[in-house]
Amino acid sequence: MALSTEPRPGAVVAPAPPTGRPLRHRLAERGVDRGLLLLLPAAVCTVGLFVYPFLYGVSISFQPLRGGGALTNYTDFLADAYQRDSILKTLRLAVPVAAVSVAAATPLAFQLRRDFRGRGAITLVLMLPITFGSVLVAQGMARVFSPYGWLNLLLSDLGLGTHQLIYNYWGTLIAAVLTSLPFSFLLLMGFFGGIERSLEDAAATLGAGRATRFWRIVLPLALPGIVSAFTLALVEAFAIFPSAILVGQPDNATHVLTLPIYQAASQRSDYPAAAAIAVVMTVLELAILGLLQFARSRLYRGAAAGGKG
Amino acid sequence: MTTTTPTQSLGTHGRTPQRRARTGRRPTLTAVITYAATAAFALVVLSVLGSVVVESFASSWRSGWWPRSGTTSWYGEAWRTSGVSQALVTTFEVGIAVVVIALLAGVPAGWVLARKAFPGRSVVLIVLLLPIILPQITYATQLAAMMYRIGLGGTLTAVVLVNIVPALPLVVLITIPFVEQVNPAVEDAARVFGAGTWQLFSRVLVPLLLPGVAAAGILTLVRVLGSFELTFFVSSADTQTLVVAIFGALSNPGGVAAGLVAAMTVYYMLVAVLGLAVSLRFANPVTAVSRHR
Repeated sequence: MALSTEPRPGAVVAPAPPTGRPLRHRLAERGVDRGLLLLLPAAVCTVGLFVYPFLYGVSISFQPLRGGGALTNYTDFLADAYQRDSILKTLRLAVPVAAVSVAAATPLAFQLRRDFRGRGAITLVLMLPITFGSVLVAQGMARVFSPYGWLNLLLSDLGLGTHQLIYNYWGTLIAAVLTSLPFSFLLLMGFFGGIERSLEDAAATLGAGRATRFWRIVLPLALPGIVSAFTLALVEAFAIFPSAILVGQPDNATHVLTLPIYQAASQRSDYPAAAAIAVVMTVLELAILGLLQFARSRLYRGAAAGGKG
Repeated sequence: MTTTTPTQSLGTHGRTPQRRARTGRRPTLTAVITYAATAAFALVVLSVLGSVVVESFASSWRSGWWPRSGTTSWYGEAWRTSGVSQALVTTFEVGIAVVVIALLAGVPAGWVLARKAFPGRSVVLIVLLLPIILPQITYATQLAAMMYRIGLGGTLTAVVLVNIVPALPLVVLITIPFVEQVNPAVEDAARVFGAGTWQLFSRVLVPLLLPGVAAAGILTLVRVLGSFELTFFVSSADTQTLVVAIFGALSNPGGVAAGLVAAMTVYYMLVAVLGLAVSLRFANPVTAVSRHR
């Protein structure tokens, strides 16, 4: 996440604003000049297609289709225990998915942080689930994880019995990990790769062994990146959608928060209700983001790159 | 005018001279475990995706390791009956339109955000990045409601517009580190020699940023090809992309033959693999996702 707000060296650094000069010059010293016009196309797209629709969604969520008070859509959702529980069910899926993805991707990304033979092949295989998306992953899972699928054939050949790993909680969990792990891996590989090698070399010169170098040098430097990867994985897993329907148990164990949105919008064409639930979801997502971003800000944030940076 | 490349920016291009790891080292235990786990994960991924390919050639496959008999008829049937050709055309139209618009708007924005300090910069960054950090479904239905409200619901224009929302921040996000790696002195030099903003971009920055722009464009294209939620809520029967069509067939309560859906999926896989191969040729995805040097 490139959320750092510090400008790079070489950007405009304003001296004390002198008075009695044209406004244009004074603005330019604060960084406001015609160059900012280059932001305009992106700003127009973002405001018109994201900010405005978002506010529009909030406003229609207070105008329920079937009448009633402004908050009807929200109270309907929160009063219904089945709908309300979808929040818990989402958390029960999303937290393990994010934890497993990051926990598995971290050692891998650390091992593969430098160029080596076969890196391209591994990256390619890991890119496949991201490229194909969760719909395709869910489709392919039927043949591998179903009771008569390849995995269970293998397990029963080995005398380990068969396991129901699809059309329940586990199906959705597996599908989510399959798409989330590669994403975490790619992110983390960048974070580890960005740590200057000379720092490790310096530690080695001073007598740090391989393990010490990892725990005392590399991991603390990469920790903000790991928290970022966890945050993104969690936020993404919070919105599991196609795989909850295709390989989960959408009316029970994987009745996640996205399903009431889908049912309201696609099946009942009740966009105000869908918008209300989406607003609830957005608030929860922003809370997660804010919380983890706060945790990240308390970690070490110094130079991870030596030399000229 | 020849654009002389400073030494610093040379290092930003995908292929830096590789530093060979010290050879002959004994692999550590953790490394062995990591590689074994990776191999297992890769095996699961490949079998999940491979099973769909096998399925598409199976006349019927109830249980067992392998289908009893093969057929290629699903491909013809999928092409004719399930609108694969239409969906393919839509997918490409949407993908290319979105990439062009996102690059035109996103690369200049990325440059401004990387180079300039101005009041409100962090707000702009956060608003730009929210659509990519928040999952699409948090804004997909609202966006769809608005599109239907203004009469664009179900049209190709609407599908393009909604897909710009996550694509644009992706381009900005990828562009920023690439810009930061270009030495600002190059831009200052161009300015000293009298280049305006347009010349600065067309003669200096775009050539230097080309790896970044290519990476951004191709990664965005691959993302748009596979984008599901946004397109799902706003498209109609004749403007759906291939992924949405596949989801429709999979979740169809009437039940579409598994082989038929698998054949549709293989068509999509071919397209996506083509995109992926091109993207790996042009840019290392890792450099694009992160600030790896």
